[in-house]
Amino acid sequence: MAKNNHKKMKNKRFWNQFFTYVYLIFMTVIIIYPLLITVTSAFKSGNLISFDLSFEGELTLNNFRRLFNDTLYGTWYMNTLMVAVVAMFIQVTIITLAGYAYSRYRFIGRKSSLKFFIVVQMVPTIAALTAFYVMALLVGGLDTHGFLIFLYVGGAIPMNTWLMKGYFDTVPIDLDESAKLDGAGHLRTFAQIVLPLMRPMIAVQALWAFMTPFGEFMLARFILRSPEKYTVAIGLQQFINDPRQQRVTLFAAGAILIAVPISILFFYLQKNFVSGLTSGGTKG
Amino acid sequence: MESTAATKSKESYSKQERIKIRNTTLMSIIPGGGQFYNRQVPKGILFLLIFILFLYQLYATGLNSISGLITLGTTPGEDHSLFLLIEGVLQLLYIFLFLAFYVIQLYDANRVAKIKAISPSKVNHSIKDILFNVYENGFPYLLTVPAYILMLFAIIFPVLVTFLLIFTNYDFNHIPPATLIEWTGLDTFTTMFSINTYRETFTSVFIWTIIWTLSATTLQIALGIFTAMVMNQPFIKFKRIFGVILLLPWAVPAFITILTFSNMFNPSAGAINTQVIPFINSVIPFLKIPALSWKTNPFWTKVALIGIQGWLGYPYIYVLTTSILQSIPNEWYEAASIDGANTIQKFNSITFPHILAVAAPIFITQYTNNFNNFTMIYLFNEGGPGSVGNNAGSTDILISWVYKLTTGQSPQYNVSSAITFIISAVVIVVSLVIFSRANAFEMED
Repeated sequence: MAKNNHKKMKNKRFWNQFFTYVYLIFMTVIIIYPLLITVTSAFKSGNLISFDLSFEGELTLNNFRRLFNDTLYGTWYMNTLMVAVVAMFIQVTIITLAGYAYSRYRFIGRKSSLKFFIVVQMVPTIAALTAFYVMALLVGGLDTHGFLIFLYVGGAIPMNTWLMKGYFDTVPIDLDESAKLDGAGHLRTFAQIVLPLMRPMIAVQALWAFMTPFGEFMLARFILRSPEKYTVAIGLQQFINDPRQQRVTLFAAGAILIAVPISILFFYLQKNFVSGLTSGGTKG
Repeated sequence: MESTAATKSKESYSKQERIKIRNTTLMSIIPGGGQFYNRQVPKGILFLLIFILFLYQLYATGLNSISGLITLGTTPGEDHSLFLLIEGVLQLLYIFLFLAFYVIQLYDANRVAKIKAISPSKVNHSIKDILFNVYENGFPYLLTVPAYILMLFAIIFPVLVTFLLIFTNYDFNHIPPATLIEWTGLDTFTTMFSINTYRETFTSVFIWTIIWTLSATTLQIALGIFTAMVMNQPFIKFKRIFGVILLLPWAVPAFITILTFSNMFNPSAGAINTQVIPFINSVIPFLKIPALSWKTNPFWTKVALIGIQGWLGYPYIYVLTTSILQSIPNEWYEAASIDGANTIQKFNSITFPHILAVAAPIFITQYTNNFNNFTMIYLFNEGGPGSVGNNAGSTDILISWVYKLTTGQSPQYNVSSAITFIISAVVIVVSLVIFSRANAFEMED
């Protein structure tokens, strides 16, 4: 009886392991297949109208050359970098200051404005598309990177102030209090005691802010009208959208040059991001 | 902004003191008056200046802006109704800010007078003292001001303008400055719900939006939780490699993968029909799946959209669930095993409730994100194929329909604003109800 039970257990364990690996391999194939298609297409010669996975034909770097010589890809990349860096600096400065205030001070309107942040970040950006358009017309912001940065930063503030406050909450308040007992003022406590401890978190926030313009599509498409102002996301869409042009390989090459650095940044940041989210989500 | 400890309860002031405090407050009916009386001259000058500036602004341009907001222009070709609208709303914001300032300075005069009644030496008179006082007690306000200003202009102001546009006739027939826009009250809503084609389009788009939100989000959550539980088993080899691969859909920017999928699902030349389906047919005997009409048949387009969203969205849930699973004590499972619970029972009574308790608010945001997942719908097939009327394609969700109504050939700004308003209301109400049930609003202090 006991032996039979043991055998049953072993059998069950075998099938469990078997299905586990089948599932994981299945997922691997589904995930890798489209990505591998993009990667291999980037090195294929010829003008294709659509992707598939094949390893025939010689590999070439021609697509990358064409990308920089015959298209505006280089300009788009520089545009995106510029928007990303400026937006990152402004955003991180503002949310760090505000997050610190929300974490350390009890002031009039604190609680209600925190709730307000949660509500405001639920309003989809598109809710104000028409208004953005009219505002841009009024201040001459249409087709400018400045206006796009303004929209990126403004839209990111509620959610990220909220997250930043959560991060500041993890720095023990005893540190500030003892610094204040030693006679340090507001600014010194903030700049010399708390801020250095927050450096890793600020770096994470900065990198996330930096990555946004590389993947954002809707606002960029709406604000930027002339091709030499495009960011990479809208630029690349032009390559694949028009099947008659047969520029799929160019799309693939351009996509790789974005996806590789962004994915590396992602894996570098991912742990911090998730821990911040769970603590922000449960604790407030 | 002296500390409140310096004031005392109402009864403890003498009658004379009380009259004096009241008079000081009354003097601030003209801003700065009370402050002068309290002998805070620099503060008084500043407040008076703000007051004069406000009056001057109101006289110079403000009143015009307000009347512009009311009429939205009188001369076609000359008055730009939209600019008038925006300037009018800005003026309303100024007035609101001024009123806030007005109340604060009344309050300030009153409070300083109270302090003065008890200990006159505690009242700051010089600029230096006042500046120091602002820094000392107003520090958190100074820190948050930039965030507020930016939000005011990038979120609140545009939302306000959009809201007002609902009550106008701003559409392709009324494009300023050539034509004037007029206030039309609730006509937009009336049109939307009384004209049959609009009602049909709205209903059809709305139903698909709900189906899309529920099925795509549930798929990504289920896939994420399942994958996390599979990966949480101790015996798995190459855990790190699988871990990285499973996260790839999240790591690669979504627009790249969506555009790639969009190409792969091309019904005539795409890889799914030319490579994947033939491969499946050759591996599994007796299975003959024909080439499917992705992107040209609404049903198959919807299937593809939901599947791709599952692919894109599950890693986030997977990572989240993994960290939650690690926080469940092993003893709970052991105790359950002793009681004779099987795997499914353990999942239902231990794992799933625990995951929900921690991650419910995040799951909700996943639903609301997909409700508004413009990128996915628009990049995969631009809301197509076909049309369900009024610019909307058969896979358009509300938000991508709004985008088309705003950017298309014959824009309907008022209708798109109205739909946006409905979308935002739905999302906010649903989230608020669930958030407050999950006590996500509870704060530590």
